[in-house]
Amino acid sequence: MYSTPGKNYLNEASGLWSWLTTKDHKRIGVMYMISVMIFFAIGGAFAMLIRTELFSSGKDIVDAAVYNQFMTFHGAIMVFMVIIPGIPAIFGNFFLPLQLGAKDVAFPRVNLMSWYCLIIGAAISFVSLIYNGADTGWTFYTPYSIGTDNGTLWLVLGAFVMGFSSILTGLNFVVTVHKLRAPGMTFFRMPLFVWSLYATAIIQIIATPVLGITLLLLAAERILGIGVFDPKLGGDPVLFQHFFWFYSHPAVYIMILPAMGVISELITTYSRKVIFGYKAIAFSSLGIAAVSFFVWGHHMFVSGQSSLAGIIFSFLTMLVGVPTAIKTFNWVATLYKGSVKFDSPMLYALGFIFLFTIGGVTGIILAVTALDVHFHDTYFVVAHFHYVMVGGTLMALMGAFFYWLPKMFGKLYYEAGARLSFVFIFLGFNVTFFPQFVLGAMGMPRRYYSYLPEYQLLNRVSTLGAYTIGIGFLIALAVILHSIFKGKPAGKNPWGAKTLEWEADEIPIHENFAVQPVVTGGPYEYR
Amino acid sequence: MSTDNTAVGERHHAHHFNNAEHEFNTSMFGVWCFLLTEILMFGGLFVGYFIFHNLYPDMFAEGASHLDWRYGATNTLVLLMSSFTMVLSIYYARKNNTKMISWCLFITLLCAIAFMGIKYIEYSHKIHEGLLPGELFSYAHAEAANLGLYFSFYFMMTGLHGSHVLVGMGLITWILIRARRGEFNEHYYTPVEGVGLFWHLVDLIWIYLFPLLYLVG
Repeated sequence: MYSTPGKNYLNEASGLWSWLTTKDHKRIGVMYMISVMIFFAIGGAFAMLIRTELFSSGKDIVDAAVYNQFMTFHGAIMVFMVIIPGIPAIFGNFFLPLQLGAKDVAFPRVNLMSWYCLIIGAAISFVSLIYNGADTGWTFYTPYSIGTDNGTLWLVLGAFVMGFSSILTGLNFVVTVHKLRAPGMTFFRMPLFVWSLYATAIIQIIATPVLGITLLLLAAERILGIGVFDPKLGGDPVLFQHFFWFYSHPAVYIMILPAMGVISELITTYSRKVIFGYKAIAFSSLGIAAVSFFVWGHHMFVSGQSSLAGIIFSFLTMLVGVPTAIKTFNWVATLYKGSVKFDSPMLYALGFIFLFTIGGVTGIILAVTALDVHFHDTYFVVAHFHYVMVGGTLMALMGAFFYWLPKMFGKLYYEAGARLSFVFIFLGFNVTFFPQFVLGAMGMPRRYYSYLPEYQLLNRVSTLGAYTIGIGFLIALAVILHSIFKGKPAGKNPWGAKTLEWEADEIPIHENFAVQPVVTGGPYEYR
Repeated sequence: MSTDNTAVGERHHAHHFNNAEHEFNTSMFGVWCFLLTEILMFGGLFVGYFIFHNLYPDMFAEGASHLDWRYGATNTLVLLMSSFTMVLSIYYARKNNTKMISWCLFITLLCAIAFMGIKYIEYSHKIHEGLLPGELFSYAHAEAANLGLYFSFYFMMTGLHGSHVLVGMGLITWILIRARRGEFNEHYYTPVEGVGLFWHLVDLIWIYLFPLLYLVG
C-alpha cells in the first residue's frame, strides 16, 4: 500500500531535524532510548561514587554534604529519568502500536511533546547542580526541603515537568489500546506486554497529577512561604508525605508493571509454549494497579500515623503479594515442559524472577508493622527496593533490549557478549545488595556518608559488587552498540515469536505494516 | 453524532485513523483522559482544603468572612453564561452556521475576560489589606491563629483555577480564529468540542470553589 522497497522508519527521512520533529512512535522510542541510556550512565556514575564513598567507614572521597547530593541525584535521576520512562517510553512507544497492529499511537504529536517534557524537565533538574545541588533525597521531605539550598527548587520543578511526560505517555497508551487495535484484535488477544502497559498507563494518568500538585505546593512553599507543609504556619509536614506517597507508591508499580509485561513476553517466547494463565496475568496487572492506590501509608508507619491506619495499610500492602504471586507462579508454570532456550533475554527473564521474588518477599516483611519499626530507614529497605527496581525492572529492561533490538535496528547482537553482561550484572547485583539486607538487619541506617567500623566488611563487599555491575552494564553497552553498527542482519523474526511486531518488516516501515494485519487468534499460539 | 460516510471520506484525517469519525472519537477519549488528570490535580488541593478545614473550622470561617460573596456569585454567573455560549457554538457548528460559532465563542471569551477582571479586583483588595498566604500574611486584625493558611488555600486554588482560565482563553482565541476562517462544520468540529469540554471542567471546578471558599461558615 505505502511501502517502497528498501524504505524503513530509519531511512524514511534523514538529518537530526527529521528526528527532532518526528511523529513516528518508533523514532520517538529510539530517541527515548538514547536519552534514557545517557541518564542511566549519569545516575550510574553517581551510584559508583556513592559506593566508593562507602568503601570505608569515615570520609573516603567526599564529605557528608556532597554525599547527600550524590544520593539525591542518584535517586532522582534513576527514578524520574530512567526507571519510570524506561520500559514504557522506549519499548512501549516502539512496540505497543506494532503489537496492536496499529500505524501509530493515538496522538503522535503529543507523543513527541512527552519526549520534550522529559528533556526540558531533565535540563531544569540539572540546573540544581549549579546551585550547590539538592540534598533532600529524591523524596523531597518537608520541612527539610523547605529550608535547604535553592538547588532543591530546581529539582522539584524539573520533576514537575517530567511528570507531564509520564502523563502524556500514559494518556496516549490508554487511548491507543482502546481505539486503535487492528481488526480482530480483541482485548483478550492483546499481548501481555500491552496489558501491563495499559495498567501502567492508568496509574500514570491517575497518580501523576497528584505528584504535580504536591510539587507545585512545595515550590509555592519555597517561593511564597504558603505554609501548607510548614508547622510554624499551621501546616502539616506529614501531609506532604501522604501526598507524595499517594503518587510515589503507585509510581513503584509504574516502574515494575511494564517489566512484568516484558517477562511475560520473554518467558513464553523462549519456552515456545502458550503462556500459562493468560487471563490471570492480564487481570493481575489491573489488580496491582487498583491496589497500588491504597498502600501509600506503609511508607509512614513511623511518621506518627495512627496505629489503626498502620494496620489497615499493612494488610492492604500484603494484598499486593497476591496478584504478584499469581504472575510469578504462572511464569514458572509456563516454563514447565516448555522447550526452554537460554538465550540472553531469557537469562535476564529468569534473573528477574529470582531477584524480584526476593525483592517482593522482603516487601512483605517490611509491610509487617512490627518489623518495619526496626527496619525502617535502614539498609534493609535499600536492599529491598533495589531488588525490585534493579533486580526487577532493570533486568527486564536489559532483557527487552536484547529481545527487541533485532526488530528495532534489524541487526543481531553478539550472544556470548550479552550472556557475559548478564553474568556480571546478576552476580554483581547479588554481591552488592544481599549484604545490605544483613547490614540493615544489623541496624545500619540509610543515607549517611559514613558508618560504624563494624559494618565495614560487608560494605566493602557491597562496593566491589557495585563495580561488578558497572562492568556488566559497560559490556552490555558495547554489545548493543556493536549490534547496531556491526551486527549481522536479523531477518524478520529471529526468535520465532508469535506476537504481531515480528510480522512487520525486518526494520519496520514508517506505516508499520504494508497491509493492515487482521488478527485471528491469541498472541502466543506456539502449538 | 451524525456523519454520512461519503462526506467523511472527503474530510482529511491523520494516516493512522480509519476515518474522520474514528479520529473524532479517539480525540474525545483523549480529552476525557486529560480532564481526569486535571480533576486529580485539583483533587489534591481539595483534599488539603478539607483536612485543614476540619482541623481549623474557625480559621476557615474567619477567612471566608473576608471574601465578598457578591463577587464570587457574579463570577459564577459569568462562567455559567460562558459555558452556555460554549455549548451553543458546538450546536451552531453542527448546523454549519459559521457566523454564529464565532459570535458564541466571542461571547465566551468576553465572559472569561470579565471573570479575570473581577478576580483582579478581588486580588487587589486582598493584597492591599495584607490578606496573603502564609509568611506574606500581614493583616493586623486576625483573630484565628495562622489565618494566612486559609489564604494559602484561597490563592493556590483560585490561582491554579485562574491559570486554567487563562489557558482556556488562549484556546478559545485559537478556535475563534479558526472558526472565522470557516474551518468548522458538521463534519469537523473536534477542536471546538475538545476546548468546550475543557472549558466546562474549568467552570465546574469554580462551581465547587465558590461555596467552599466564599460561603463556608
